[in-house]
Amino acid sequence: MSTAATAQRSAILPGRGGIGGALSDALWRKPGLLLFLMLTPPLLWLGVIYLGSLFALLIQSFFSIDEFSGMVVREFTFKTYGELLRPSNLDIIVRTVTMAGLVTIASAIIAFPIAYYAARYAKGRWKAVFYLGVMLPLWSSYLVKVYAWKLILAKEGILTWVLEKLHLNFLVDGWLSLPVVGGNSLSVSPTGTFLVFVYVWLPFMILPMQAALERVPGNLLEASADLGASPGQTFRNVLLPLALPGVIAGSIFTFSLTLGDYIIPQIIGTSHLFIGMAVYAHQGTAGNIPLAAAFTVVPVVIMGIYLWLAKRAGAFNAL
Amino acid sequence: MPYAVSFQQVSRHFGSVRAVDAVDLEIEPGEFFAMLGPSGSGKTTCLRLIAGFEQPTAGHIEIFGETAEGVPPYRRNVNTVFQDYALFPHLNVADNVAYGQMIRGVGKAERLRDADAALEMVKLPGYGERKPGQLSGGQRQRVALARALVNKPKVLLLDEPLGALDLKLREQMQEELKVLQKALGITFVFVTHDQGEALSMADRIAVFNEGRIMQTGTPEEIYRRPKTRFVADFVGSSNVLPPELTRQLGGPAEWASLRPEDIRLGTEAGHQAQVVGLSFLGSATRVTLDVGGEKINVLLPSGMPVPEQGESVRFSWTDEALHLMGTEA
Repeated sequence: MSTAATAQRSAILPGRGGIGGALSDALWRKPGLLLFLMLTPPLLWLGVIYLGSLFALLIQSFFSIDEFSGMVVREFTFKTYGELLRPSNLDIIVRTVTMAGLVTIASAIIAFPIAYYAARYAKGRWKAVFYLGVMLPLWSSYLVKVYAWKLILAKEGILTWVLEKLHLNFLVDGWLSLPVVGGNSLSVSPTGTFLVFVYVWLPFMILPMQAALERVPGNLLEASADLGASPGQTFRNVLLPLALPGVIAGSIFTFSLTLGDYIIPQIIGTSHLFIGMAVYAHQGTAGNIPLAAAFTVVPVVIMGIYLWLAKRAGAFNAL
Repeated sequence: MPYAVSFQQVSRHFGSVRAVDAVDLEIEPGEFFAMLGPSGSGKTTCLRLIAGFEQPTAGHIEIFGETAEGVPPYRRNVNTVFQDYALFPHLNVADNVAYGQMIRGVGKAERLRDADAALEMVKLPGYGERKPGQLSGGQRQRVALARALVNKPKVLLLDEPLGALDLKLREQMQEELKVLQKALGITFVFVTHDQGEALSMADRIAVFNEGRIMQTGTPEEIYRRPKTRFVADFVGSSNVLPPELTRQLGGPAEWASLRPEDIRLGTEAGHQAQVVGLSFLGSATRVTLDVGGEKINVLLPSGMPVPEQGESVRFSWTDEALHLMGTEA
């Protein structure tokens, strides 16, 4: 029977027929066409909508506003950037960048052990638990989480209550009495803003770190130990350099998300402005689009400098 | 002088799997020692026990007379050449080789000089600036060797280091490794599943199966006088004769091993058999005989007359060729 079946089939099968068949054959013969068809829509989206609006923004930042009429003067000038460097605005930039830097460092320190455990030890079910645990907070609304934190950190909040029971509230009181980081309660202090930022952006640090650590072969760590390196030396000389692209990727997320956020510092923290809040205020109520645009350019420039420094430091050599 | 490595009743269990099961082992200083066995026989786990990547479930391990249990790998003066080389991809070849000395705090100029010398020794002079990714498999293997040897270990462990190389390169490396080992006088412990490699390189061989050592001895002993069916079959694919067949062929009722190259065909006297298989191997032809339902392989050196498929032939052997292994082998 099988010989009969073989005899009936010719060496070359007939086409499948129809538009589908013709299309499959055409795309198989010209793989470039498929790539073109797949990439065109997203590239148009990125190129025209995203880069276009970014470019429009950049142009806006070189316009200025007429102080009497409040109208945008469409003439090329550095006046708006000059305004950006006024002490009150510079203050906003320094505050935001410092916060973003601290949030990134703290996220990296907290994320590393979690990502390391997930990459090296978690298997099967525990890996699923890990992904669920990291992603679950992302499923609920960002606003709900931020308001929940407001209740946790408030003066009559859960944290104060727990610490009172443990007779440890002197720790928080002591911290809050410090200048710069302190305040009336955690929910109206920069410390509170910092805690919530770290909480909200942590998954964006853990996931790329975990992906990078997963790609470090286990036998490289064994080889390092074999050549006499203690676990600490192996971490510094092998694990960290190889995981660095993931750390950088995660830090790009946490850093840029903190730079651009305007909701968290509005709900939790002092009344001092962050870049996002300044952009929001200038393009909205104040109607100063050029200054808002100039403020928006700041994170772009900072991220550019950050990536350039990371590349120079060899962070992407392991890629 | 203590043994370079000694195992006393060492076991390593993974759950219910006995990867290494009550193994006794003694390796002499300066010896080229091969651990031979099929995959999953426990030879690699034994190597990892010496390196310190695994800790024994039971038993006692000594390296040059010093207790090794509970000592982490980085405190053992033992270095490993890994199966897939495990070169650090972010470091260039020179920094890879200098890694051990860098860890020990040797100055940059000195350790790079030593790395150059080590690369010279493995015949890769001037390769220091390249990244491991730019090297071929054979070159990576040499870098891994240099990286281990530059630390002057008391014992060098090699985990199937030639497994990924093609035949010609493998034979060349076997020769070089042997020469290097004799020149340096370092104890080499070599894990392989290739019996030819073990026979040609090692001073002594331990044959592993199912977590246990079946036999330890010189290549000659292992090849000529296997103690068990497993060793006879695994080392050099000998004909293993069950007791009944041995008796039929004129021996005592014991398990026996009969080397394919020791059998003559077409002799006047001898036993009758039918040719059921022929395969041309290049330097020899393997003839498979059917002797009362059992298969016996014969190796005919090239140039000898080869019988036809299905032909009836007589075969015989000299008395010393039949190696008896007892009734319980």
